[in-house]
Amino acid sequence: MRDIWQRLPTRGKTFCLAALAAAIAAPLVADRYLLSVLILVFYFAYLGQAWNLLMGFAGQLSLGHALYLGLGAYTATALWTLFGIGPWIGVFIAIPVAAAAGMIVGWLGWRFAIEGVYFALLTIAFAEFTRIGFDHLQITGASAGLFLSVNSPGSDKWWNLGGGPLLYYYLALILAAAATLLVAWLRRSPLGYRWLAVREDPEAAQAAGIDIFRAKMIAMLISASMTAVGGVFYGFYYRNLFPSQVFDIGRSIEIIMAPIIGGLGTVFGPIVGAILLTPLGESLTALMQHFGINTPGAKSIFYGLTLMVIITLQPSGVWPWLARKLGLDRPRA
Amino acid sequence: MTAITLNIIVQGILTGLVYGLMALGLSVIFGVMRVVNFAHGEFTVVAMYAAFLLFDMLGVSPLVSLLPIAAAFFFLGYVLQRTLVEPFVSRAEHEQFILLVGLATVVVNGLLLIFGPDARPINLPYSFDSYTVGSLFIDKVRVFAALGAFAICIALFLFFRYTRTGTAIRACADNLTGAGVVGLNVKQLYAVTFGLGFACIGAAGTLMATIADASPGLAPAYTLLAFVIVIIGGLGSMAGALVGGVLIGISEALAGFYIQPSMKSMFSFALLILVLVLRPQGLMGRRL
Repeated sequence: MRDIWQRLPTRGKTFCLAALAAAIAAPLVADRYLLSVLILVFYFAYLGQAWNLLMGFAGQLSLGHALYLGLGAYTATALWTLFGIGPWIGVFIAIPVAAAAGMIVGWLGWRFAIEGVYFALLTIAFAEFTRIGFDHLQITGASAGLFLSVNSPGSDKWWNLGGGPLLYYYLALILAAAATLLVAWLRRSPLGYRWLAVREDPEAAQAAGIDIFRAKMIAMLISASMTAVGGVFYGFYYRNLFPSQVFDIGRSIEIIMAPIIGGLGTVFGPIVGAILLTPLGESLTALMQHFGINTPGAKSIFYGLTLMVIITLQPSGVWPWLARKLGLDRPRA
Repeated sequence: MTAITLNIIVQGILTGLVYGLMALGLSVIFGVMRVVNFAHGEFTVVAMYAAFLLFDMLGVSPLVSLLPIAAAFFFLGYVLQRTLVEPFVSRAEHEQFILLVGLATVVVNGLLLIFGPDARPINLPYSFDSYTVGSLFIDKVRVFAALGAFAICIALFLFFRYTRTGTAIRACADNLTGAGVVGLNVKQLYAVTFGLGFACIGAAGTLMATIADASPGLAPAYTLLAFVIVIIGGLGSMAGALVGGVLIGISEALAGFYIQPSMKSMFSFALLILVLVLRPQGLMGRRL
């Protein structure tokens, strides 16, 4: 951990501390609406870190991360509504469930040498398969949805994630900060270098003695587990779950937006992407409401166009460019 | 086998041929350019709306508007390749994917914005007529759609087999460097290929509009359907796309009748996972 800190350039240290202090102090000045936007920023930064681990570092394109998000959300909320098991315990059941799903997808894909586009399609296929399955699973309310009651005993206690926006704000902040630390640490670990080798040239990596299947499986394991935790957060924050929303491919695309805009394979990319994208989307919605335009598709059109423009002009993302401008980058070690 | 099962299988085969034509477009584009068109279903639905509008406003039957829409889509594909996709042909797979995911998002939400979420049916005077063959009752529109799809597929096979342009495109697919060396205009041929892929979409969408109601919600489902079919049949194999289409058509029809209509695509995905694991190159694909 100390190693990561010492590697940051001096300006970077100041910048990180200032940003963290601002984030911690933000609820003092932010109103309820701004707080809800900030919650989304940290939530997407967190999920972006999880996805970026698999795509940005290990080079495996998953377009089905909604699968792990949805499994995490459904496991924890179902445990709560059906058995009264709280989310702090539920999350430790949600993680293995999603991780197991990730292992199945990874094993099927990589054992049988399904690469690139084929692998991405396999991830979509699994997410869709599960979505339709949950649409017909009576115990979790099928397509009519699963709702968290607000007046069941103990549901307003913080240990059942029953608090107000402030609780969720700090929870999201801690998740995002912890994920960033974890990713920064993994990036410098032997495992991180193995991932980069697998991403850059799998054949050469294998020739150098790296077990590429194992390296990819570990990336999937961590990524799916982290996404499941995000799912638990999602389930208790929104307090309702519909298979057609949680497992939707649109959800998977939403997850990958921040890291792609911010910068694939960088530690700060997902955070920068989330900070840029979420307020933009929110202000667009607010602007349209202001002018009385109530169209559900407009925000998605904006997201789609943003994806196209960024990938055409700045395929390595905003962060590498921004870091150079701010003098926060360091000579590559 | 009971008469009902036989009926359902025949219906499935007919629908499957239209699916096959749609998937053929995806297969042609991928087989030649190695670019996966992630906006495939989205543009199929655009074609369905085109057919719907022509029928609704001008009273043009989809069987008449079939070729004009296909031609317009050829043009659309040609222009898209020249402007948007061309710089991405040599770039990383995930960058192509993201470009087209972005395009797909824009198209499907654009449709939602313009037409709203409601389904738009084309009610032809013979929409509910059927042919009777022994104990079989076969929908008239489905027969027309399947025959149209099959004819266009055959035309495309012949084009690739016997014309100079078709041969040149196959040369690009087999050996890109070699094709450049002997002086083929690869960029031009790529644009024609993308155009042909889009012509398949235009034709398939028009035919689809006679047997299914156009709605924006269909778009992502059709993209996935096209992928599933092409991977089951074998990416890059033209015959494979048709075989895959028919297989999925039958599986959907049977699952829809015997289990639940809303669960039919679950079986398609299960079939996909099975094929990926047992024979990743697809039923008719060459060994990877």
